[in-house]
Amino acid sequence: MYKYDQYDQAMVDARVAEFRDQVRRRLDGTLPEDKFRPLRLMNGLYLQLHAYMLRVAVPYGTLSSAQMRVLGDIADKYDRGYGHFTTRQNIQYNWIKLEDAPDILADLAKVEMHAIQTSGNCIRNISSDQYAGATADELIDPRPYAELLRQWSSFHPEFSYLPRKFKIAVIASATDRAAMRLHDIGIEIVRNEQGEIGAAFYVGGGMGRTPMIAPCINAFVPLDQLITYSEACLRVYNRYGRRDNKYKARIKILVHELGKDEYTRQVEAEFAHLLSQGIEPPLAELERIKVQFADPAFETGLPDSVDRSDPDFAVWVDRNTAAHRVPGYAIVTISLKPVGGIPGDATADQIRLMADLAKEYSFDELRVTHAQNIVLPHVRKADLYALWTKLDEAGLSTANLDTIGDIIACPGLDYCSLANARSIPVAQKISERFAGREAEIGELKLKISGCINACGHHHAGHIGILGVDRKGTENYQLLLGGSEGADTSLGQITGPGFDEDGIVGAIEKATEVYLANKQGEERFLDTYRRVGMAPFKEAIYG
Amino acid sequence: MVEVQLRFRDDDAVADPAVTVDAFGDQTNAAAVRIEPGDDARDLLPHLERIRLVEVNFPSFGDGRGYSAARILREAGYTGELRAVGDVAVDQLHAMRRCGFDAFAPEHPLDPAHTERAFATWPEVYQATTDDRTPIWKLRHG
Repeated sequence: MYKYDQYDQAMVDARVAEFRDQVRRRLDGTLPEDKFRPLRLMNGLYLQLHAYMLRVAVPYGTLSSAQMRVLGDIADKYDRGYGHFTTRQNIQYNWIKLEDAPDILADLAKVEMHAIQTSGNCIRNISSDQYAGATADELIDPRPYAELLRQWSSFHPEFSYLPRKFKIAVIASATDRAAMRLHDIGIEIVRNEQGEIGAAFYVGGGMGRTPMIAPCINAFVPLDQLITYSEACLRVYNRYGRRDNKYKARIKILVHELGKDEYTRQVEAEFAHLLSQGIEPPLAELERIKVQFADPAFETGLPDSVDRSDPDFAVWVDRNTAAHRVPGYAIVTISLKPVGGIPGDATADQIRLMADLAKEYSFDELRVTHAQNIVLPHVRKADLYALWTKLDEAGLSTANLDTIGDIIACPGLDYCSLANARSIPVAQKISERFAGREAEIGELKLKISGCINACGHHHAGHIGILGVDRKGTENYQLLLGGSEGADTSLGQITGPGFDEDGIVGAIEKATEVYLANKQGEERFLDTYRRVGMAPFKEAIYG
Repeated sequence: MVEVQLRFRDDDAVADPAVTVDAFGDQTNAAAVRIEPGDDARDLLPHLERIRLVEVNFPSFGDGRGYSAARILREAGYTGELRAVGDVAVDQLHAMRRCGFDAFAPEHPLDPAHTERAFATWPEVYQATTDDRTPIWKLRHG
């Protein structure tokens, strides 16, 4: 894992001091709310329906046990005993007092954490593949590149007042687990025909009210030009992104309106200029970072088999573990989606327990996933049963990864001032309705947003639900066929929306159509793509 | 004209009224020009040798186009005064300075105690720009 040196620590400490000063000026009245707002947002502090919400950055989703433990302690000390893991691999607390925020940031800084740029019209926390460094299907660990970009994007003097927020994801596996092409910039680390490592840039993706899949604008940027190319992409956006309408201000609209070719031409021209400016860190810096992501001390000669005599355990192993690149190890996903629970929520005790389990079983490391779960990346197969037993005692052994109960949901109208409808109760009802049918229905990614801003990724769900306000009552639209992986696609709306009970019934019908038409090992998404919308529509509305 | 509150230059301030970017190309005796957010700073590059003052207007502090305009001018070798005017607050000073601004004429005067703290906030910087700060990666690797 990356460790701060004295420079990184000094920057984060400086930010705490700066924010403490800003909060002081806000509270004593010298800094008016309209001027304070963007400053607090750049420190992750939102004003929600009932209280302030603080979003803490988890760079590329990687945490140490000590960091995770502090996240649990903050939940107890400053919130109501729980935290909420988010779709950008961060954690947020929903019941924060403004006057406490500087102290929370100071507590975070002690374990090399912060809330820098987790909101606001700036470059947000960089996300990545939650299986990075552990999975057999990756070219290379993408996190050193994400860390290089984290430093470049932190307090960037030119890009702190962009037209709109800016999200970057970095992956190095063709199995895209980070929804890379639905980001403002998606970077895939690739190898070219000469065998060199470089970066493919996908620019202008996003969800929200105008979902777009990012086109590739450069298939191979050399590693010693990564920062310069990123700077060029951002400068063109900062200069020409729309500022007249916040709903058209994301880079996807600029790329769409200019056209991919013209945007690319402008980026390449800016890039050619910036190459002469000496803004690229030397490759030695990348090497310095890479060393810190070296493999933990994996053991060799470990048994690769698992005793499956406990049937509940066997179900969990099949559902919630993934292949590790080192024999004898597995990647474990801890589901934060218990039946009837709030997706992504964990209590302070659960957070601290996961910290302890990571220390004991996973080389001190955890990951947050964009699907709002927690990963222990390096667990010996021989330890799986002991681990599962402890998770089970804490209510953390739900075996539903990537199934209909593993729902992504935004906070919705229960918390969010932008929402039109509640998301959480719908997620809870669906989770309860389909509990126990994980094996039968198989992989089915269901995602719920409580408004058109799409924080719940409804466009990218195999089944997506969009909550809207229809003449003062909550109404839920159903979408089918979205995906966020290597086969990224956008879901299509089935037809008229439903009330809260109606949407659950409609989903039940959609699963019936799938099960009736399924061929071989097809997933819900495969069957939908083969048979199309018509049979689903007929069953739902007919 | 709003008073220049902060200036990091030793030469005399330019008193000429600033003309628009559109007009500047035709007014061959003009030495001061004012960039609005929608203007292209690169339109000025053919005339850099006769420019002594560029004002960059921030009608709203949330519109960050002026930061790019400033860097583009400095990257092209402009050495005259680069003045941020308009909705400039203490919390933007550091980033503006890094982008090449060396004079500030905020529409609402800033508290000198606050401005002093704003410039002293950051012990180091992560990015290289045209200012004289050494980025952290260079401190690490020389």
